[in-house]
Amino acid sequence: MRRLRAPLFLARAVYRKRRLRDAARLLPLLGFFLLILPMLWQRPEGPGRDVVYIFVVWAGLIAVAALLAPGLGGSEAERDEGGDD
Amino acid sequence: MPFNILVLACLTYVAALFGVAFLAERRASRGMLGFLRSPLVYTLSLSIYCTAWTFYGAVGYAARSGLEFLTIYLGPTLIFVGWWWVLRKLVRIGRQQRVTSIADLISSRYGKSNLLGVVVTVIAVVAATPYIALQLQSVTLSFGVFASETPEGWALPNRDATAVWVAAGLALFTILFGTRNLDAKEQHHGIVTAIAVEAVVKLVALIAVGMFVVWGLAGGPAAIIARIQSYSDSHWVIQPGRWVGLIFLSAAAVISLPRMFQVLVVENVDERHLARASWAFPLYLFLMSLFILPIAVIGLERMPADTNPDMLVLTLPLAEGQGALAMLAFLGGFSSATSMVIVETIALATMLSNHILMPAWLWLRPKATLSGDLRRAVLLARRLSIMGVLALGFAYFRLSGGSTALAAIGLIAFAGMAQVLPALLGGIFWRGATKTGAGAGLVIGFVVWAYTLFLPSFGEGGVISAQVFAEGPFGLAWLRPQALFGTEAMDPLVHSIFWSLALNTAAFCAGSILSFPDPVERIQGAAFVNAFDSEAQAERLGWTHGKAEPEALLNMAQRILGEEALSFFEAEARAQGKAGYLPDMTPSFLAGLERRLAGSVGAATAHAMISQLFGDATVTVEDLMAVANETAQIMEYSARLEEQQEELSRTARQLREVNEKLTQLSVQKDAFLSQISHELRTPMTSIRAFSEILTEGDLPPAMVADYGRIIHTEAVRLTRLLDDLLDLSVLENGTVQLNLGLANLGQMIDHALAAAGQTRPERSFDIQRDFAAEEIFLRTDADRLVQVFINLISNARKYCDAAQPVLKIAVRQKGGRVVVDFIDNGTGIAKDAQGLIFEKFARLTDQTRAGGAGLGLAICREVMANLGGTVSYLPGQRGAAFRVTVPLRLEKQAA
Repeated sequence: MRRLRAPLFLARAVYRKRRLRDAARLLPLLGFFLLILPMLWQRPEGPGRDVVYIFVVWAGLIAVAALLAPGLGGSEAERDEGGDD
Repeated sequence: MPFNILVLACLTYVAALFGVAFLAERRASRGMLGFLRSPLVYTLSLSIYCTAWTFYGAVGYAARSGLEFLTIYLGPTLIFVGWWWVLRKLVRIGRQQRVTSIADLISSRYGKSNLLGVVVTVIAVVAATPYIALQLQSVTLSFGVFASETPEGWALPNRDATAVWVAAGLALFTILFGTRNLDAKEQHHGIVTAIAVEAVVKLVALIAVGMFVVWGLAGGPAAIIARIQSYSDSHWVIQPGRWVGLIFLSAAAVISLPRMFQVLVVENVDERHLARASWAFPLYLFLMSLFILPIAVIGLERMPADTNPDMLVLTLPLAEGQGALAMLAFLGGFSSATSMVIVETIALATMLSNHILMPAWLWLRPKATLSGDLRRAVLLARRLSIMGVLALGFAYFRLSGGSTALAAIGLIAFAGMAQVLPALLGGIFWRGATKTGAGAGLVIGFVVWAYTLFLPSFGEGGVISAQVFAEGPFGLAWLRPQALFGTEAMDPLVHSIFWSLALNTAAFCAGSILSFPDPVERIQGAAFVNAFDSEAQAERLGWTHGKAEPEALLNMAQRILGEEALSFFEAEARAQGKAGYLPDMTPSFLAGLERRLAGSVGAATAHAMISQLFGDATVTVEDLMAVANETAQIMEYSARLEEQQEELSRTARQLREVNEKLTQLSVQKDAFLSQISHELRTPMTSIRAFSEILTEGDLPPAMVADYGRIIHTEAVRLTRLLDDLLDLSVLENGTVQLNLGLANLGQMIDHALAAAGQTRPERSFDIQRDFAAEEIFLRTDADRLVQVFINLISNARKYCDAAQPVLKIAVRQKGGRVVVDFIDNGTGIAKDAQGLIFEKFARLTDQTRAGGAGLGLAICREVMANLGGTVSYLPGQRGAAFRVTVPLRLEKQAA
């Protein structure tokens, strides 16, 4: 029933907020994908580049999370939780 | 370094922590939370994830197996970066339901089942005990490191004694700041602040050691990477199974470890802090891990081969002659160990006392629930639990001998606590999860974990014999602890995680699908899974979360109390020294208001309303059930009242009608009495007068005869009147004798017309009849029925005021009854008189007075009643109309 009452299309600002949330949800999946890649590599020469790779991915995840967090944190972000896109 | 200085440094450091905690508590008790509850403190308090196991163990771990140690920090990073999935919901639920521990969350979700709380508590205690032992071990080891390196040659007096002192000191600190108050939300400002300070200390210490190693010893980051590159032996190769398994395990642990749950959910004061922590905590982990590998690589390179790699953080600066740096590192490790033990102990003690000790105590002493000293009992239970937990940790430390590598113990604890995960995640995302499923999953997961990982960790021949390891229990090879169902190729840790969580989840799902939840469980399930929906609804209603606006309260109170609410608010405001109608929201005011409301809507409803407006917790199921009960009672009561009221008003209506009738009757009777006396008097007067004249004599015979006739006529009138009265009383008493027989209706009407023709014979009536319809034979008392007909026809003759009077007699047969209507074309009977005409002595007009005393219709009615029929006035026929209904065949009544 609620789906029927929720508007079908949203204003631009709310739409962006929804996509921001989608990005926040996808971020750990992306991170997991990037972080399991090293175990598939064969590195006969040694693990040095793996270390650098992992720390760079790690720092990247933190940076993206820090960029996303302010847009997600406000209490008003939750008000339109109910409906669908 | 002298042992005394080391001890002094420790004591000073601990005293400083005491001071910080004390000041924080004092500020908090004055309501000056300020920076104490900022996102920064929240993030730093989360750092208890990094225990001594991180501080010392991670270096050892890295020295032993290369990159793998990173998984322990990558898992939590993924969870925090993806906080929108799980953490946000956990924190929201924790605040809504006032959750005090992870055991409380599970038990609350599954219908407040204390059994589940006990199961989770047991798992947590069993899993955490080795972990606490690990912290004690790392502190004693670090003391030992200093002992062996000193030139003075002092030896650690006793390893166990050190551990005892550390444990006792931690117990004291925890009891002092962990059980100061009994807050419903279990928040400990002092401890959280102290932990934040410790978080800074350990980060600074590790980074300081790391920078010294990278730039002081190795000569820059590039050199370090080059050295790491040279480690190409098999230990350093990433093993895919362990890599994924450990990322998953640490991700699970960061949610389910009791101490993490404590700081993450229970100690959370503002959900928005989580958004900040979502990247700040991974950053903290990133910084903590950044220098682990360099320290391990350089340590392995520089230190002798027999050095314990777990202590490289300490031994490396010591060996390089950096005493101050080593001291800082020691304090960092000490901080890691103490903060972890304190929070873990508080979390476990809360669970132990809430789910095991207090229920047991209340069960043993049911009377005590009534007395008021429950608070003291709870605090005592809390303190006993703290000491118990630390004693357990110490006992494990003594028993295990402190020999196992630090990392291994930590991972065992992680895997144990991860058994809570299916019940936890299932509980907050799946409404179908039930108590039975959660219990089954937890127990099976715990048993499998204990059998495949925990008990084997005591070594072959420790708890499980070497034979069982090799051949399985009772020779069942497929039950070998480290090769369940023949999975021999797996790493033991991954094997245990895989099987325990797989079987746990399977049991959880199967149990949930097959069982049926009880009502509380279903309500809680909906509240947990839809945690955000209910919030959105509450916001839509306009209540600001966590704060009650006085206007809103007044508005609500007015709706229930009316004008009284306004005067109550005004009086309260005046009592507080404020003008106007809006007092401050003090507890006493709220309590008073609640009592007032309770008087109107019941205690539970009032409480629910106030807490809905004021508290940030939603209404509990108990509240709701109490509301439902109260409402049901009130509804039943009011339904009963309504019923009574209806009956009363019905009776009143009847009484009123009867009263009206009685009044009219009384008027009629008075009228009749004067009438009857008049009626009796008139003939009597003439009889007396004429008889007096007759007795005087000398009258002409013609006159005598004339007078005699008059006397006779008057006597006949008197007799008829008395006959009528007698007849009526006989009929009313029901003692009348009926002569039943067959009679033709037409003939009866003929008789009646002939007899009634004597009444006002001078008027000629046009009689309209339907002879064919009258051809009916009735079994009745013909004489009586004719009497009724005569009466009705004479009435028509008497009272019809039309110039050309017409009387229509209509006969119909209807069912087993015959209906005879007598309709004339006069003016009829006025509406208000229609109810009276059948009463005795009713006579509407005195216009003709042609005999009778107003008894005719009353007699008719009684006759018809005796004949089993009715006679009634038929309104709306443009004249006076009477309907007589008689049964076709009247059976003789038994009476």
